[in-house]
Amino acid sequence: MDVAIVGVGLHPFGRFPGVSGIEMGAIAARRALDDAGVQWRDIQFAFGGSYEVDNPDAVVALLGLTGIPFTNVYNGCATAASALTMAADTIRLGDCDLGIAIGMDKHLPGAFSADPRQYACPSWYGELGQFVTTKFFGMKINKYMQDHGISHSTLAKIVAKNLRNGVLNENAFRRKPMSEEDILGSPMLNYPLTQYMFCSPDEGAAAVVLCRAEHAHRYTDTPVFLRAATVRTRRLGAFEVHSPWLPMDETVGPTVDASRAAYEIAGIGPEDVDVIQLQDTDAGAEIIHLAENGFCRDGEQEALVADGALEIGGALPVNTDGGLIANGEPIGASGLRQVHEVVLQLRGHAGDRQVPGNPKVGYTQLYGAPGTAGVSILAR
Amino acid sequence: MAQVPVADGIFTWPSDEPRLIGSRCTECQIVTFPTQASCPRCPSTEMAEHLLARRGRLWAWTTQGFPPPSPPYSGPTGKAFVPFGVGYVELGDEVKVEAHLTEADPARLTHGQEMELVLVPFREDDNGDEVITFAFRPVD
Repeated sequence: MDVAIVGVGLHPFGRFPGVSGIEMGAIAARRALDDAGVQWRDIQFAFGGSYEVDNPDAVVALLGLTGIPFTNVYNGCATAASALTMAADTIRLGDCDLGIAIGMDKHLPGAFSADPRQYACPSWYGELGQFVTTKFFGMKINKYMQDHGISHSTLAKIVAKNLRNGVLNENAFRRKPMSEEDILGSPMLNYPLTQYMFCSPDEGAAAVVLCRAEHAHRYTDTPVFLRAATVRTRRLGAFEVHSPWLPMDETVGPTVDASRAAYEIAGIGPEDVDVIQLQDTDAGAEIIHLAENGFCRDGEQEALVADGALEIGGALPVNTDGGLIANGEPIGASGLRQVHEVVLQLRGHAGDRQVPGNPKVGYTQLYGAPGTAGVSILAR
Repeated sequence: MAQVPVADGIFTWPSDEPRLIGSRCTECQIVTFPTQASCPRCPSTEMAEHLLARRGRLWAWTTQGFPPPSPPYSGPTGKAFVPFGVGYVELGDEVKVEAHLTEADPARLTHGQEMELVLVPFREDDNGDEVITFAFRPVD
């Protein structure tokens, strides 16, 4: 059974003192319901994703206590992909026709932290200051640049592009452009990554209303079909965050596994994709993820970036809403923000940042600790 | 000032020629660091203690330019913080181990360069003892 997305809604991303994560979730949900032209009482099930909000299902206190099954999801940076995947699967099971996935979060500024023992890591790993996600991203892109000939200025060009796209997005956190010189000249956090090459944990919410594909035209003239949604975790030998050791034998990361599975399920290849949203935790992640998701070979990013291929008007438009670098990362909402952007692009409703040429196929990818990835492929 | 290891059972102590203490699966022979009770590759729970090589090659590296969030980080913060190098070193073609590097200058670190295990001071604990940890130092 096919699944359609008939409504999307967003609470802007940024910092909102005095507004709770639950309240942002309710606002995003209402906007998605309005977009689909349905009422909360029409919704038959819900999935809610968050890291900071213990019980996203408490949002029913603000939307209506209708008694529906409401499942809370936390799956690291792939939380929203997991909520989306399970919502789609619930419709495919055949018991429900109309449901919603809601993501919300409200993080404090600064790098994420946790007790390493919760990640099956020894305490001393945290005590020594090695339980740090940004350090992993620095190591991964540093090695990748060495192996595949990527320059420091390409890192800065990625950030500059995503901030330019953020200027065009009224919901983005960072809406000021920066020069490559200022990006490269900001404090070095984890070589080769400087301060402005990283996204920031922040606040926001997003929601998506899904239905059985054959019902889609009851709600909208512009349905977008979810052709695949996959989640994968790391295999032994993948180079992953929070690893005190790695084996000698290497293998590809979970993004590659999730991506290959999604292309196979959708019957769509990377050459068919018109608009792309990738996990740009840092500028290096966008570069690596371009190859891991099949959009280029390792090392081709240097020329693609120089030629402007990743710009909104380029051959491979990536992170057209500014990505994580301009929007920040409220973990529970981040992946549904990507879906929201792809749906607007496929409808032709993305305004100043609309990808030209009537895009038909969109792609989203999430990746994060402790080695979890999610991919979705959408088409109209 | 007395010296104490940052944790028991991760390196030989006291020792003039320190070794990291890993484990090896008696079934599939994979080597882990630190020791663990079950194999990450095969279903075995038969893991034997295994001392790792003292020298190896730098496989991946970066620098830590800001004090990590504390807790869990227990080292110097604020003005006392000194950026440090971090990397994975391939030891004896058996395992890659992540550790502090004694060198934090990117101009002096190269993928593939030879490194050796050393024990270094990390911080002073509440008893006034010096906490010792393991790190890798470039071999000249």
